[in-house]
Amino acid sequence: MTSSCAAWGATSNTSIFAPLSTPAREVNQLAIFVLAICALIFTGVSVLLIYALVRYRARPGETSEPPQVFGSVQIELAWTIIPILIIVTLFLGTARVLFSVQDARKPEKALDVIVVGHQYWWEFRYPQYNVTTANELHVPVSNPAFSRPTFMKLTSADVIHSFWVPRLAGKTDLLPNRVNEMWIDPQETGLYVGQCAQFCGMEHAKMLLRVYVDSPDEFRQWIANQQKMQRDGAVAMPASLTVPNQGNGGPGTPPPNSPMTRMEPAAQPAGAPQQSTAHDGQLVFEQQACINCHTVAGTIANGRYGPDLTHLMSRDTLAAGAMPNTPENLKKWIDDPNNFKPGSLMPAMHLTERQNAQITAYLMTLK
Amino acid sequence: MAGLIVAESAIFTIFVTAYLYYLGRDVTGPTPREVLEIPIFGTVCLLSSSGFIVLAERAIEHGKMAAFTLWWAVTMLLGAIFLADTANEWYKLIVHDHLTISTNLFGTCFYSLVGLHASHVIVGLIMMLVVLLFALGRKVHPGHAERVKVLAMYWHFVDAVWVVVFTVVYIIGR
Amino acid sequence: MGTDTPGIPIAGGIEAGIDRTRPHTTQGTYLELIHSWVVTVDHKKLGILYICYALVFLLVAGFEALLIRVQLFYPHNDFVGPASFNRLFTMHGTTMVFLVGMPILFGFGNYLVPLMIGARDMAFPRLNAFSFWISAFAGLLLYYSFIGGVGLAGTGSAPDVAWFAYAPLTERAFSPGHTVDYWAVAILASGIGSIGTAINFLATFFCMRCKGMTLMRIPLLPWLYATVSFLVLVTISPLTAAQAMLLIDRYLGGHFFDTQAGGSAILWAHFFWIFGHPEVYVLVLPAFAFANEIIPVFSRKAIFGYAAMVAASVGIGFISLSVWAHHMFTIGMTSFGNAFFTLSTMLVSIPTGIKTFNWLATIWGGKIRFETPMLFSIAFLFQWVIAGLTGIMLSISAWNWQLHNSYFVVAHFHYVLVGAIVFMIFAAIYYWYPKMTGRMLDERLGRWHFWLMVIGFHLTFDTMHIPGLLGMPRQIFTYEPDRSWTLLNQIVSIGGFLQAIAVLILVYNMVHSYFRGEEAGPDPWDAWTLEWSIPSPPPPYNFATDPVVASRRPLWDLKHPEDTDSAFE
Repeated sequence: MTSSCAAWGATSNTSIFAPLSTPAREVNQLAIFVLAICALIFTGVSVLLIYALVRYRARPGETSEPPQVFGSVQIELAWTIIPILIIVTLFLGTARVLFSVQDARKPEKALDVIVVGHQYWWEFRYPQYNVTTANELHVPVSNPAFSRPTFMKLTSADVIHSFWVPRLAGKTDLLPNRVNEMWIDPQETGLYVGQCAQFCGMEHAKMLLRVYVDSPDEFRQWIANQQKMQRDGAVAMPASLTVPNQGNGGPGTPPPNSPMTRMEPAAQPAGAPQQSTAHDGQLVFEQQACINCHTVAGTIANGRYGPDLTHLMSRDTLAAGAMPNTPENLKKWIDDPNNFKPGSLMPAMHLTERQNAQITAYLMTLK
Repeated sequence: MAGLIVAESAIFTIFVTAYLYYLGRDVTGPTPREVLEIPIFGTVCLLSSSGFIVLAERAIEHGKMAAFTLWWAVTMLLGAIFLADTANEWYKLIVHDHLTISTNLFGTCFYSLVGLHASHVIVGLIMMLVVLLFALGRKVHPGHAERVKVLAMYWHFVDAVWVVVFTVVYIIGR
Repeated sequence: MGTDTPGIPIAGGIEAGIDRTRPHTTQGTYLELIHSWVVTVDHKKLGILYICYALVFLLVAGFEALLIRVQLFYPHNDFVGPASFNRLFTMHGTTMVFLVGMPILFGFGNYLVPLMIGARDMAFPRLNAFSFWISAFAGLLLYYSFIGGVGLAGTGSAPDVAWFAYAPLTERAFSPGHTVDYWAVAILASGIGSIGTAINFLATFFCMRCKGMTLMRIPLLPWLYATVSFLVLVTISPLTAAQAMLLIDRYLGGHFFDTQAGGSAILWAHFFWIFGHPEVYVLVLPAFAFANEIIPVFSRKAIFGYAAMVAASVGIGFISLSVWAHHMFTIGMTSFGNAFFTLSTMLVSIPTGIKTFNWLATIWGGKIRFETPMLFSIAFLFQWVIAGLTGIMLSISAWNWQLHNSYFVVAHFHYVLVGAIVFMIFAAIYYWYPKMTGRMLDERLGRWHFWLMVIGFHLTFDTMHIPGLLGMPRQIFTYEPDRSWTLLNQIVSIGGFLQAIAVLILVYNMVHSYFRGEEAGPDPWDAWTLEWSIPSPPPPYNFATDPVVASRRPLWDLKHPEDTDSAFE
């Protein structure tokens, strides 16, 4: 709770002039170069213009017309050729950055992430680890001591979105039916914020984005935790429904959280009284429509329409950064998502107060 | 009219671009190769009608009103045959091949593009029909040659577009 | 100065202006008066209708902008919800481009092009009336959407998909209801009107010039309108086609932009920006046209480098057709594509640079009179330079990855649309209002209007660049308090309100001066083009006898028989 609040307060910097990753840094250098040239041009033109306005103002009482000049080929040629030279300079500078960033070769050890945009949240898949999470992207730091850039493939499940974390890189759009690519190599650990930068519908403004740059050890631990699956079996269900969730891999690949790939089962929280409420909560969760949209790996909940909730409690925020992840917020959110995000595609399930408390308790166990 | 033709060309360009862009990108059938037949007869009719309208233009310039009416009517007849041919083709596609505008990308692009052209043929025929009725009522005289020429220009444009559409849909597209 | 100086017979003559009729003193009931405006095919009346129609929508869309600015005053403000906010900015953008920008520029063109080339009307007067009324219908249809559906409280079925309406957000799956339909049909209708007007301008330009007016003697304003018309023909048409496709998708179950059936989201973006970018030039070239007329008159010098100005305008027209994908640098084009569109976009700055320097050279050595039209033109020059420079920054594709869809872009295009275009529209209103009504606008109010507008404009749009650089995306109904954007947004909002006051002063000035303004006479500015040779307001037939010209500035020749332009051309 405290840590999440601290992290919440630290998210202040989204300036493109404070880059901490190679793509953003190269663009920043180019930007300063271009800004300098443009400032020079502006100063020059302004000085000329102001001088002309003052020098050639009409004095009171003057009625005669000034001498008429119709043009001058030499002067006009001069101000055709000089801009051409400036443009050539700018273009060459741009081309260098453009090709070096966009056509960068992917190193072998790079981390792969698949980013899928949804109306109004982000899905992150780590194909190398069979991990799926939402809204909060964790990547390892990539400095000279430990170089491990992250290469992302971006696509969308519905409309066009755009991935933008200004301090790490420029934006790249996520389009349905198409895969775009971008990469980052964050140089320092910490939290970097951004948000969807392509209007995608009603809650576009609340499609926030958080990138946690972890030290190599923290990242390993985080991945290990994400690979755990939740314990099933709280509820007796018809046999046809009790097939455990096959996780996030496609057909043919080993299911990520299936017994053969999973790590140690997740340790359940200690508090016994809470435990039973949580069990009731899982029952409610699995009997209501929740599981049509949400996945809790290891249980029968395997919906794909909404964010993966397997490790909901490992995230600092709810609903794509719309609010801090606290029990009160979680409960209010389940009660009616429109409180926080009118237009969110998650329906209000009209649960009773008791059911809501149980579900919240259950979700609180998904560490 | 020249301005209108520039604008219309731009519209057709967009539809042709979409057609070409979506060629072979279908998720479901039927594909153009399976269902399309080359409408040679209709094409010949439409293209030759351009020749007849030239004859009509010459006739009105020289004041030969009877000849004008005749060639004008022949042009219209050929245009109508083309239209009937297209209608027949669509009937076959819809009833036998179950290809409608909402079937797949090909259907959407095909009916839009060919339909856009056919609607231009219809507009052309209606305008020509008005002239024909006036001509039969002996209200058209050589002084109208300028206006008739503008209409003829439109008709040539419609024919020229068909050459493009034909190439794209029935030659490249198959 | 004589009315019939031998060799330069200007019809009607300047002194004939004493005997003039004023439209609002026409005998008859109000009903007859309204009837005469509804059925008119006179290019001047239609021009005024266009301008009034556009000014009404300017107030409406300006009001929408203010609501937007109130909403963004605080982070997490709930003044209007996200649903209303999205409708507001969509309608604000669509209105300003299609119902304010294009009509007002077409209005001035309608009024001025025939007068400047010495014609009695447009080439196709009835087509002209049709174009106006279908555009007017489009505007009413678009705004009917506010009361469609559930009505005003929930802002009805107003479009909420942003003015570029990217697919597949506009498909049935993501936009049920009729919001997109209102948008598409209204744009389609106004597009048909625009195409009609463009054809009309071109025909007028090429076929209706008076005797002696060779191509190189046409004033720059008609030249620029001809370029604009050409652009409208080749760019509105793709938009019309794209709208037709969208409607086919929505109503006939087509799949053009249906990504679930293999359709493409990028195709719409291409089609839209093939229209969308040249559209900027459709709007800005008339603003240049006004500057080309106003700056020389108030500097008391002929335009510098006439031929280069014509070439640059036509050049801008052509280059602008090849730059559209600079709106799509982040959409995942190849690096080669990005490089190409960077270069082609930068090329636009060459002809625009020529124009800017030629205006500077026109001022240079003149005797500048700082009256309200000139004040706005000077502000335009400064603002246009800045807008051009931020445009170059945006064309740098690598930097554009950061700037795209941020408030920096919003600031940039408002610099173009307000700082250049709206400022020149104001200049044009002050400059030609006397011609249209026969009365001067009040100069003191004009200065109030100007200074408030300048201060408001710079507060708003200079500041607006910064949140963009600090990572604020556009089209968000609210923002997080921890992003250090709050203060900046508040300054932007305050500036917005100052501009609103300035515009209200203009409206008051226009109404007040219509009844109480000083009599203008035919030529209040001592100007040089043909429209100033006839009474203000001009009679329905414009020129009593067809004028004959011998130079680009017929009235200069008339006033300075000892130093005629025609001797040099």
